[in-house]
Amino acid sequence: MWAFIHKFGSPKWFYGISARLLPWCWFLAVALILVGSIWGLAFAPADYQQGDSFRIIYVHVPAAFLAQSIFVSMAVAALVFMVWKIKVADMAAAVMAPLGAAMTFVALFTGSVWGMPTWGTWWIWDARLTSMLILLFLYVGVIALRGAFTSRDSGARAASVLSMVGVINIPVIKYSVDWWYTLHQPATFSIASRPSMPVEMWWPLLLMVLGFYAFFIAITLMRTRNEILRREAGKHWVRELAAGDA
Amino acid sequence: MAFDSLDAFFAMGGHGAYVWSAWAVAALAMVGSVVHARAEHHRLLRDIQRRVRRDTTTPRADHNAS
Repeated sequence: MWAFIHKFGSPKWFYGISARLLPWCWFLAVALILVGSIWGLAFAPADYQQGDSFRIIYVHVPAAFLAQSIFVSMAVAALVFMVWKIKVADMAAAVMAPLGAAMTFVALFTGSVWGMPTWGTWWIWDARLTSMLILLFLYVGVIALRGAFTSRDSGARAASVLSMVGVINIPVIKYSVDWWYTLHQPATFSIASRPSMPVEMWWPLLLMVLGFYAFFIAITLMRTRNEILRREAGKHWVRELAAGDA
Repeated sequence: MAFDSLDAFFAMGGHGAYVWSAWAVAALAMVGSVVHARAEHHRLLRDIQRRVRRDTTTPRADHNAS
């Protein structure tokens, strides 16, 4: 276990193994999102109440899933960094923050353009919407805090602490639709129970969710590799690698 | 197929502007992330290569890792 953690924590090892994983992640991401999009946009039946505007679900739900999952992943990476001092974990946490912020924005935007035709409003201070907006602010806070220190290590520690504390918002988002049920509909997607929508609507959603996760893994690997190049630029193996690539 | 024609597909039952703008923003965020990550990768590699070349052409340069 220890040997594994330290091996995984080695930037050089991570750089090598991630290069081999990346093509598979990209293949999965592109294939799943492409098939899911065509299926969801053109072949899934229109909703009997919402008509074709329900098709926004195929980007809204996966984006909202990622927005929350990325925050949890970032908090876990922060914990690993704080406990075991593994630098790669901090690099991964650092690159997850902007991606998570982008996905939170996409979830809020797509929710907003879905809200207009279905609820008749772009925005409402509903518990789910408000807690998602707080998530966006938390991401921005984590990014800003990391950059606010002259020492990289101090910034990393501060961002880690905020990530670990901020994760408390995630169960609030998840249960907000049950605790304070106002306008946002409850979860359409659950592993534990039977789908609450017809299967021909549900399948493309499953593909999209999986595709978005594959995309998240691929981008995180890619940008963690970049972060390794940035932070380890003076190391012998990086210099050799770059020279060999020229 | 849930639509009779290509026009009906783009119109999305009158909700075209909502549906397509949602997909456009999602696509922009994702494609943008990929383009940014790739550009960043090439820029970082180029910078390191430049530094390696500079160090090898001036032999007395400091090779210590910073």
